Amino acid sequence: MNTRDASLTLFRGGVLGRLSDLFYRRPAILLALLLGPPLLWIGVVYVGSLLALLVQSFYSIDEFSGRIVREFTFKTYLELLRPSNLDIVLRTVLMAATVTVASAMIAFPIAYYAARYARGWVKGLFFIAVMLPLWSSYLVRVYAWKLILANEGVLNWGVSKVGLSPLVEALLSLPVIGGPSLTFSYIGTFLVFLYLWLPFMILPIQAALERVPVSMLDASGDLGARPGQTFRKIIFPLALPGIVAGSIFTFSLTLGDYIAPQIVGSSRLFIGQAVYVHQGTAGNLPMAAAFSMVPIVVMAIYLWIAKRMGAFNAL
Amino acid sequence: MQQKTVFISMPETTRQVSPSREASSPVAVSLAGVSRHFDAVKAVDKVDLTVHEGEFFGMLGPSGSGKTTCLRLVAGFEQPTAGNIIIFGERVDGVPPYRRSVNTVFQDYALFPHMNVVDNVAYGLMIRGVGKKERRRQAEEMLELVRLSEFVHREPGQLSGGQRQRVALARALINRPKVLLLDEPLGALDLKLREQMQVELKSLQRELGITFVFVTHDQGEALSMSDRVAVFNEGRVVQVGSPVDIYERPETRFVADFVGSSNILEPAFCERIGAPSGLWSLRPEKIRLVPEGLTDEADTITVTGEVRHVQYQGATRRCVLAVKGAELALAVPAVGVEPVVGRMAHARWHLDDMHGMKHV
Amino acid sequence: MRFNRSGAPRRLKLAAIAGLLFLHLPLVLIFLYAFTTEEKSYQFPPPGYTLKWFSVAWERQDIWDAFMLSLKIACIATGAAIVLGTLAAAAVARTRFFGREALSLLIILPIALPGVVTGIALRSAFDIASIPFSFWTIVLGHATFCVVVVYNNAVARLRRTSPSLLEASLDLGANSFQTFRHVLLPNLATALLAGGMLAFALSFDEVIVTTFTAGQQETLPIWMLSELVRPRQRPVTNVVAVFVVIITFLPILMAYYFTRGSETIAGQGK
Repeated sequence: MNTRDASLTLFRGGVLGRLSDLFYRRPAILLALLLGPPLLWIGVVYVGSLLALLVQSFYSIDEFSGRIVREFTFKTYLELLRPSNLDIVLRTVLMAATVTVASAMIAFPIAYYAARYARGWVKGLFFIAVMLPLWSSYLVRVYAWKLILANEGVLNWGVSKVGLSPLVEALLSLPVIGGPSLTFSYIGTFLVFLYLWLPFMILPIQAALERVPVSMLDASGDLGARPGQTFRKIIFPLALPGIVAGSIFTFSLTLGDYIAPQIVGSSRLFIGQAVYVHQGTAGNLPMAAAFSMVPIVVMAIYLWIAKRMGAFNAL
Repeated sequence: MQQKTVFISMPETTRQVSPSREASSPVAVSLAGVSRHFDAVKAVDKVDLTVHEGEFFGMLGPSGSGKTTCLRLVAGFEQPTAGNIIIFGERVDGVPPYRRSVNTVFQDYALFPHMNVVDNVAYGLMIRGVGKKERRRQAEEMLELVRLSEFVHREPGQLSGGQRQRVALARALINRPKVLLLDEPLGALDLKLREQMQVELKSLQRELGITFVFVTHDQGEALSMSDRVAVFNEGRVVQVGSPVDIYERPETRFVADFVGSSNILEPAFCERIGAPSGLWSLRPEKIRLVPEGLTDEADTITVTGEVRHVQYQGATRRCVLAVKGAELALAVPAVGVEPVVGRMAHARWHLDDMHGMKHV
Repeated sequence: MRFNRSGAPRRLKLAAIAGLLFLHLPLVLIFLYAFTTEEKSYQFPPPGYTLKWFSVAWERQDIWDAFMLSLKIACIATGAAIVLGTLAAAAVARTRFFGREALSLLIILPIALPGVVTGIALRSAFDIASIPFSFWTIVLGHATFCVVVVYNNAVARLRRTSPSLLEASLDLGANSFQTFRHVLLPNLATALLAGGMLAFALSFDEVIVTTFTAGQQETLPIWMLSELVRPRQRPVTNVVAVFVVIITFLPILMAYYFTRGSETIAGQGK
């Protein structure tokens, strides 16, 4: 409709150029092309899988033939409510809570030191030291504790050298948390979980503490607060979102792990193991699916609470 | 509420209705009824503008007034939701930025951090397929033009703000654009550098003869650099004119307020002081303080009021006079009647210095 | 605790150092055990030291097969994750669109949910869709949780990159493809590389999801897991453990190097 000045369209640029023109006029096409593959993969494959999981949990297993009956039923969920299964859920949630609290206590000084005092290469070293175990060697790190906790291993060797063997024996003879040896007790499982997930607690706390300006602590001191008070009234509340963010990981990871308690722990199952056993040897995929809904529901509740506490700002 | 000014031309015709001194030169950029709405937000709303070839055109307004969006529409980073943009005779709807003979100097300079200075400047030529040697030569030539020859091999990170600005300028100019767009070109520089760059930009433009369109929120900058200024407010152009027009004869209350600071004489106030009825603007520096009992002059208004504040500003003193239920701001020269806070003073101005405004 | 700027209180310093030792001494122990002469138990201190297990492990074909399989899976999964993560990040960078937050949440989901859930979900889907387990089902699972790592790194980099860089390139005459190649990609490269390194490390020793998506295939972590449950030749397992630590530590150190001083390595683990 209008005369086009040739000098404006300087150089045409072939097919890609024309395609690029199309993207300019119709940005939605470009967006669709960019988003298509990842959305197909994550949105369809993964979310689809989660839906499949949900569907599967409403199927049931025929007790005689052992085959999956693909009909909608609550039967599997009712089975989940059996005392033995509820025991598994309770045991897992308690373990997750204990691990979370303990890792927060150990992580805090590390995070605090790294955020407030470490400078230059020391800071880099701290970062790397936390990053490496966070990202890698999961199985090796479980394995290391099998070595450590073995009867003839380094822990018992050290304990007997300093004459504390009776203490370990006393611990092992305690009801519930005790057992025949450290490798086969909840104490052992707890130590492994604590070791595995500690880095996930350190980083968010450190991130939260990095944002506390030193001047704020000085101000608290100027206003007459003793260090203990400054910690309780200033540092801890400001670090809390970080702790909550970290606890999301320690909690979620403990809930869903089935390898650590299999290698170090008593014969009683955790949720992850129950899922694994049901889908594997028992071939009861519906029950496994129903069991795996438990960590999802627990985490949903947990995240809802965490969100209300403002934990996501520290992620 | 159409804000028609004499300078707004009808872009669909080639006829020039503008009586400005550029009237004879051809149109470089024109916007006709251009809007850019982001959902409910009318960033640019029904803007009509004409920029002539070879003009140094300023777009002035507070932040959020739509001036930057307007610039981005011309560059092609945004597309209008209504209206036409014509650049040198071509309607550019659907024409992407890389096909417009318009180049931009960005507010944050947007130098490519992974390239050194000369590669940054040569980028446009590289994309066009100009050979390595030739584009290097041209880039160095361009850097010479902006007096940065010795920084050819630096990384952008090693340059000062002013130097980065020059690189951005050289990079935009190497494509020989017909229109150069500058987004707050001096905003990030300190005062001294800013004044120096004002002069340099002006002489560069004269030398190259390219049309410059620049955006600023600084009225001093707009007035001192532009051949013509468009004042933006709330997505609309409220007045277009030469700096003198804009400063001396603001057409609306907004322009009077935003460009410098005018006294606005309300109709009711005019009645009380015996001035002609209407809505007027009056610049503070046009008001004199006169000794008591000085005889009346023809075509002047004289009022009496209490001095509220006096602020020493070097060459002048700024003082506020309470007159019949209103406040008048005055810029009083260091010589002459001295205002004293709490005392009465007599102020006088010529009727010609009152400029009528629209009732908006 | 005192809040002086100069030095940390002693007790805090000790606690921090003790915490780091707790994180790393067990790994040192693994290295020590790789040289032990004791075959049947985890005796400490080792009765003697030998290099023999390294050559024994070197000769084992089953370890080589598992290693090659893990390597292949990690490479393909990382490649897929880089492509998908870059596309998603570019979409977020280029345009304002409805549901950006939802996209981020969606991509983080596979890593935010416990591994066993991701594993069993894929397992259920394969079951319902009657897809037999294969090499590719493992890759599919791995790529799913690797995307987030690349995506997070790329988005973190884009957040620090001025959006006007892309506009400047368009302005200077480059079309979208040229802008991608000459401006976006060079600026993202190290972030993508870092993301890819982390994705590789993550995939290489992933075991939880893999057990649900693997049929007969034995990746190196699955090989190790079966050795842990039913030990056959403990010192050989120790040697493989040392090897796994090294091969996963290296890419992480490289990722740190690539993003050093700019941003923390974005995204979280398992």
